[in-house]
Amino acid sequence: MAMTTPTLQAPPALATTTEPPAVRRGLIAGALAFIALFLVMPLAVVLAEALRRGVGTYFEAITEPYTLAAVKLTLIAAAVAVPLNLVFGLTAAWAIAKFEFRGKSLLITLIDLPFSVSPVIAGLIYTLMFGAQGWVGPWLIEHDVRIIFALPGIVLATVFVTFPFVARELIPLMQDQGTDEEEAAALLGASGWQIFFRVTLPNVKWALLYGVLLCNARAMGEFGAVAVVSGHIRGVTNTMPLHIEILYNEYKFAASFAVASLLALLAVVTLVAKVLLEWRFGHELAHNRGR
Amino acid sequence: MLALRRPSVLPGFGPTLGFALLYLSLIVLIPLAGLFVRSAELGVEGFFAAVSTPRALAAFRLTFGASLLAALVNAFFGLLLAWVLTRYRFPGRRVIDGLVDLPFALPTAVAGIALATLYAPNGWIGSVLDKVGLKIAYTPTGVFVALVFISLPFVVRTIQPVLQDLEPEIEEASASLGADRWQTWRFVVFPVLLPPLLTGFALAFARALGEYGSVIFIAGNLPGLSEIVPLLIFIQLEQYQYANAAAIAAVMLVASFILLLLINVLQRWTAKRHGDE
Amino acid sequence: MSIEVRGVEKVFGNFRAIHGVSLNVREGELVALLGPSGSGKTTLLRVIAGLEFPTAGSILFDGEDAVTRHVRERKVGFVFQHYALFKHMTVFNNVAFGLRVKPRADRPAPEEIKAKVDALLDLVQVGQFGNRYPSQLSGGQRQRVALARALAIEPRVLLLDEPFGALDAKVRKELRRWLRGLHDRMGLTSVFVTHDQEEAMELADRVAVMNRGRIEQVGSPTEVYDTPATPFVYEFLGNANRLPCRIEKGRALLGGTVFTEAEKLVDGAGIAFVRPHDIEVTTERLTLSIPAVVRQVLVAGAVAKIELSLEVEPGMIEVALPRGAHWGAPFTAGQKVHWRARTARVFPAADGGAPAAAVEVEPTTLK
Repeated sequence: MAMTTPTLQAPPALATTTEPPAVRRGLIAGALAFIALFLVMPLAVVLAEALRRGVGTYFEAITEPYTLAAVKLTLIAAAVAVPLNLVFGLTAAWAIAKFEFRGKSLLITLIDLPFSVSPVIAGLIYTLMFGAQGWVGPWLIEHDVRIIFALPGIVLATVFVTFPFVARELIPLMQDQGTDEEEAAALLGASGWQIFFRVTLPNVKWALLYGVLLCNARAMGEFGAVAVVSGHIRGVTNTMPLHIEILYNEYKFAASFAVASLLALLAVVTLVAKVLLEWRFGHELAHNRGR
Repeated sequence: MLALRRPSVLPGFGPTLGFALLYLSLIVLIPLAGLFVRSAELGVEGFFAAVSTPRALAAFRLTFGASLLAALVNAFFGLLLAWVLTRYRFPGRRVIDGLVDLPFALPTAVAGIALATLYAPNGWIGSVLDKVGLKIAYTPTGVFVALVFISLPFVVRTIQPVLQDLEPEIEEASASLGADRWQTWRFVVFPVLLPPLLTGFALAFARALGEYGSVIFIAGNLPGLSEIVPLLIFIQLEQYQYANAAAIAAVMLVASFILLLLINVLQRWTAKRHGDE
Repeated sequence: MSIEVRGVEKVFGNFRAIHGVSLNVREGELVALLGPSGSGKTTLLRVIAGLEFPTAGSILFDGEDAVTRHVRERKVGFVFQHYALFKHMTVFNNVAFGLRVKPRADRPAPEEIKAKVDALLDLVQVGQFGNRYPSQLSGGQRQRVALARALAIEPRVLLLDEPFGALDAKVRKELRRWLRGLHDRMGLTSVFVTHDQEEAMELADRVAVMNRGRIEQVGSPTEVYDTPATPFVYEFLGNANRLPCRIEKGRALLGGTVFTEAEKLVDGAGIAFVRPHDIEVTTERLTLSIPAVVRQVLVAGAVAKIELSLEVEPGMIEVALPRGAHWGAPFTAGQKVHWRARTARVFPAADGGAPAAAVEVEPTTLK
């Protein structure tokens, strides 16, 4: 059917649920300027500074023995801390989401606690425990066990700051999913492990991956807590972020930014993976939370 | 037994809760309790003496002041960003949406040296500001800039979901009742966004209070002027003044706990105002 | 205030939601837009309100073009399907909203607002709930509050989108009667959208039946029910048996047997519609009757539903007999019977469901 009436264009002034174009453009411009100033430029400056002295210097800096030692230590710390917190996240989420018990909301709050503790304080509490003047410090020295200024301290501090990541992704999601499917599996004769591996885990796998991703990014990037317990012994207790600090303070900017660029790359990869997960499996992740 | 639970056909309650509680206690609760015990060793007078030295007071003032200011700035820009990202369509929107989380993902040390370099008198931004006589790096303003960066995502991420779920009908209803766009925004939309805005603000403030890595590179760290509380704790620890460090840390922890409580209350308010029909 | 919809079109991207619709609503009338989901009825209502801008056509309020007027200035009372109450405001503040956002010069004094809102809350029978929040009210109460809020601005027109859709059956019936009374008392011109034919029939002065973006028929409830203009209207309003037939010389044949007249139709395939309660069933042969076998008898409440097996398409028809009539000489499954239509309507089959065909050729009715 041919349309005889001319097509009318809605005048912008008649729009009911949006702002006039000028206001809209102004708001977008303001938001973009803020993003450019506070997010894009810091990221760009890392790359620019890292490559300032050329690619040769860049590769020299990231293949230097102390850098490699720092990378190794960072990987070890993350490789211990992430699985520990993964196991904790799963057990805590199982107990909290699948059972009703008193004190549950207090427990959830306590699990989030490390997020509200300053990283420096996280390092401090372990120093107070295990340091030379700490409670068990003298006993440890007697028995030649080193925690502070050694790998165990670094791992402990990392575990603390990444403590809630996996749990806080899983708990709300598993609470949402309820216990119907697990109960059905139990009625069909599945054992506890079978229920967990065949019913629960497939339902939360993407949220689990999401949590592990964020946990890992934080574990590899942690600075404050690790700085307190590390002692900055080059080649021994220096993680990548600490190595960045030392190089920076020695005015080796290009080298410092070169190492920083590796961590920035990790951050970008984490962000991309996060966005992809949210985009592809958004409905299988726990939503609507601030962190 | 602490937990009085309802019976269930599912297994594993005892072991999982047991492990979770043990792990939580060993990693978090006992060490934190140790901090309070250690700071209590000073006695009431010693405690107050430790936390009220001029240097400590200056650090508290700077940390709380700059954090508050950073959280305020982020409350404003966070609201703007959340609004623009959910309501408008423009090229690059998805990328920017993903980029908002950068401060969560970028290690603080990296952010610290990047910001220090950007805002140094010879940096990209610093050199421009230097011409108008504005110094940011190595001043208290630098602390504020670093805190804006690291607490940027909180407000955006708390408001966004609420804004997404806001039914367009309430804005249409408001318009059909004769309200203009500003009135609709001010009286219908904003009140719904206020609880998550406050939650995001409190989260940003809490995060800024404890921040260390990104600040120390840009701050200059002059005692009494641009030294933040976490750095002061660090320095006292290096000088083996464990009890003093513990006392100052205790004050910060109490502040964090109060904020945490406030955040919980705010989140319940958000759910109530926004949740059921 | 009268509403005139003139040739309104609405296109969303590639999808044409409304195809050149025209409709007149007279002052004081209560008109229902009735149709299945996706028929464009809500879009039309939103165009009238000014919430959507039409792609073509115009809307006239009392003869005056309203299309370029912002929804804010149209003074239409709009009640949303899910009420769209402001959750963070008390019931009182919800209703007062429209008065408080008026430009300062027109804004009533606070005492006036209070008096007016209280009166409205009493009118919609939620006077004691002024201080409650919407979440503390039942569905029916929220509906009334939404209505009071819309009425507060003294609208010239009241538009309601599925006003009873979210309510349970009992509340729905009560509110329906109450809304009709309110409409009459306040002398409003109202249009409401519904997919529930019973609701449209009971409440409206006139019903506009919509399908796929077009109005198929406008008329009083009895008109649209008794003389449906198109096959769609026939099937959408009430139950109907759909019988494919052949038209020959002004008569409709079902499997070789003439069963009704179709005077004005050209020869060819046709579709006849017969309502279950317009069918006679007897044990002996009558003029124009067709043989059949009783398949099943279901007695539900006041009606006996009988399914008859036919040898021809569609193989089965449904008959509704008053229970009393059935009682005298009950039919049983397997019994051989004859049936005939007391009244039927025949449409040419070429455009089976399309409305245009029935407009071109007047359908006929057996007297």
